[in-house]
Amino acid sequence: MTAAIEVRDISKKFRLYRDRPTSVKQRLLSSRSRAEDFWALHDVTLDVPEGASIGLIGENGSGKTTLLKIIAGILRPTAGVVRQRGRLAPLLELGAGFHPELTGRENVYLNASFLGLTRKDVDRVYESIVAFAELEDFMDSQVKFYSSGMLVRLGFAVAVHVDPEVLLIDEVLAVGDEAFQAKCVERVRQFQLDGRTIVLVTHALDMVVAICDRAVMLHRGRVHASGRPDDVVRDMRRVLLGVTDPNFVPEEGTREVEIDDVELMGASGPAELPLVRGGPLTIQVDVRMNVPVDDLDVDFAILDGITNHPVLDARTSAKGIEIGRFDGERRVRFHIGAFPYRTGKYWVTIGLSSRTTGHLYHVQTQRYTFDVVEAERIQGRIDVPVGVEVEDL
Amino acid sequence: MVADADVAVRTSEPPRLRVVRRLRVLYAHREILLNLIRKELKVKYTASVLGAVWSLLNPLVFLAVFTFVVKITHSLVPKFPVYLLSGLLAWNLFQVSVSTGARSVIDNSNLVKKVAFPREILPLSAIGVALVDFVLQTAVLLLFILASGYGFHWPEIVLYPLSFATLVVFTTALTFWLSALNVRYRDVQHLLNIALLVWFWLTPIVYSAFLVQDAIGEGSILGISLWDFYLVNPLAPIVLGFQRALYAVPTPGGIHVLPDVTLWWLAAVLGIVLVASLLLLLYTWRVFFDRSGDFAEEL
Repeated sequence: MTAAIEVRDISKKFRLYRDRPTSVKQRLLSSRSRAEDFWALHDVTLDVPEGASIGLIGENGSGKTTLLKIIAGILRPTAGVVRQRGRLAPLLELGAGFHPELTGRENVYLNASFLGLTRKDVDRVYESIVAFAELEDFMDSQVKFYSSGMLVRLGFAVAVHVDPEVLLIDEVLAVGDEAFQAKCVERVRQFQLDGRTIVLVTHALDMVVAICDRAVMLHRGRVHASGRPDDVVRDMRRVLLGVTDPNFVPEEGTREVEIDDVELMGASGPAELPLVRGGPLTIQVDVRMNVPVDDLDVDFAILDGITNHPVLDARTSAKGIEIGRFDGERRVRFHIGAFPYRTGKYWVTIGLSSRTTGHLYHVQTQRYTFDVVEAERIQGRIDVPVGVEVEDL
Repeated sequence: MVADADVAVRTSEPPRLRVVRRLRVLYAHREILLNLIRKELKVKYTASVLGAVWSLLNPLVFLAVFTFVVKITHSLVPKFPVYLLSGLLAWNLFQVSVSTGARSVIDNSNLVKKVAFPREILPLSAIGVALVDFVLQTAVLLLFILASGYGFHWPEIVLYPLSFATLVVFTTALTFWLSALNVRYRDVQHLLNIALLVWFWLTPIVYSAFLVQDAIGEGSILGISLWDFYLVNPLAPIVLGFQRALYAVPTPGGIHVLPDVTLWWLAAVLGIVLVASLLLLLYTWRVFFDRSGDFAEEL
């Protein structure tokens, strides 16, 4: 399969000027300006195969938009090469070139020309654009009388009517009310079915999971993770957590004893879950002892995915279990008979520590996650105990 | 890797300006240019009661003012309206293009930062808008020349296309350069306004060029005659070309108005200015093209 977009070792340096002369006068009067270099992208390499949908995620300032602008040809890279095949439509801004004094109709033609549509092209899809934007009655009034929602709808309607082979979308799906958003997403799916290539930059991680078949996460201008959207998004959530809490350390400890593997299981064995609300949960921890210790204590904590507050925790010592000294690996299972908390996302922290001194051998903070759903949303078969009773009447 | 035509390659190197290929790219994006010009005209005229009449008002006011000035200073030029307007319309095209063109990239910074399209389109659209005004005003002037019985003069009129071409090329060259420069140094447009004021009076639009030629006489610096110095200003031969083409008679009623030069000499000078302007355009276009890759960053 050929790549629609090849990004090879792209780096981008911005010069942040202090006291840069912005006028001839200053240029003549002042001496040199001082500049600081800021690398927005470092050796970024990635391929977007034809027909693929790739989600580009990362926190603010991670370089997503810069990369998109380089692919679109708006910015010039400092080093590296981008090769791009096929007609490209960069949707970095909705309604580019909209002018308040012009009517909706005139703006459609103006905006569409920036996206590469000719007058004839627009003539052909004009009715469809208007219908998509749901603005049939307003096309002949000046857009200065439009509400912001109407403007965005019109901008998006034009954008989805371009006929590109490669579509770059920057944060523009998150517009309008929910119904309109659903319509936008629907349209993007149609693009996918038509075999078009899509690069989507967004903060809406759920959308990446829902739409994209691959995700790439940028972190401080480098490719931090790349692969299945689920995995990359999970990585991203952990990084976000680290960003919101400056004390966050994903992993620490002296590693006399190590966490080798952790498995979260629902009622019917290992699963990427989701867990049914009120159903059983088993947390299985495989522990490897590198240096013999006598006082190992294994504990877990479950935190609410939204509030980050602990909702449940337990440790082996508190349950009166002594793990003792062992060679190689040992498996610890925590059985939670029924997990009663509300639906949503939960984090799991696993810790190995000393029972006597509290010294940390190994802690993985909020490394694992699971979702809880209501039972009726489960499509497959699950084991629900059914009692039977027969009695004479 | 073999680069086929369908592959866009973006590297750190600014691509070299290849004129023919670039012209083809610009032609492919003509829709944007036309739409931008259309937009400017609509915005300019739809919100006003008089509409396109506005574009005729400016030369008429000029005409009224300078007719008055000429009357009280007794520096009489026969058929003054034809004389003034034939030069003034050319100057207006130049002045409006250059001053709005210089701002064109900055004024459209939101587009430059968010949309990829050939940046030349922005200064070109400023020139396009000025051209539309020029055509409207010229149409009225030509009608006036016919209706007033002044009439057209052969072969002087052949200077018209040559003067026009030279004017457009020179204006474009300057506009490219100034619009690129203005992105980095924002006070270019203010300096430009002052420069244009001086430039206007250095160009024989309101006064007659013969007076200059007469006053300078045989004076010279370093062996170059002052008259040649006066013509170094490209707008001077261009405006003289327009005047010779439309006003046509150098000495109406025995009064010297146009400079004492032959038609062919003026055509030759215009030819030289045209070639020089083309070379200048090539240079400023390259400057603009090289810098345009960084516009999105600098705005």
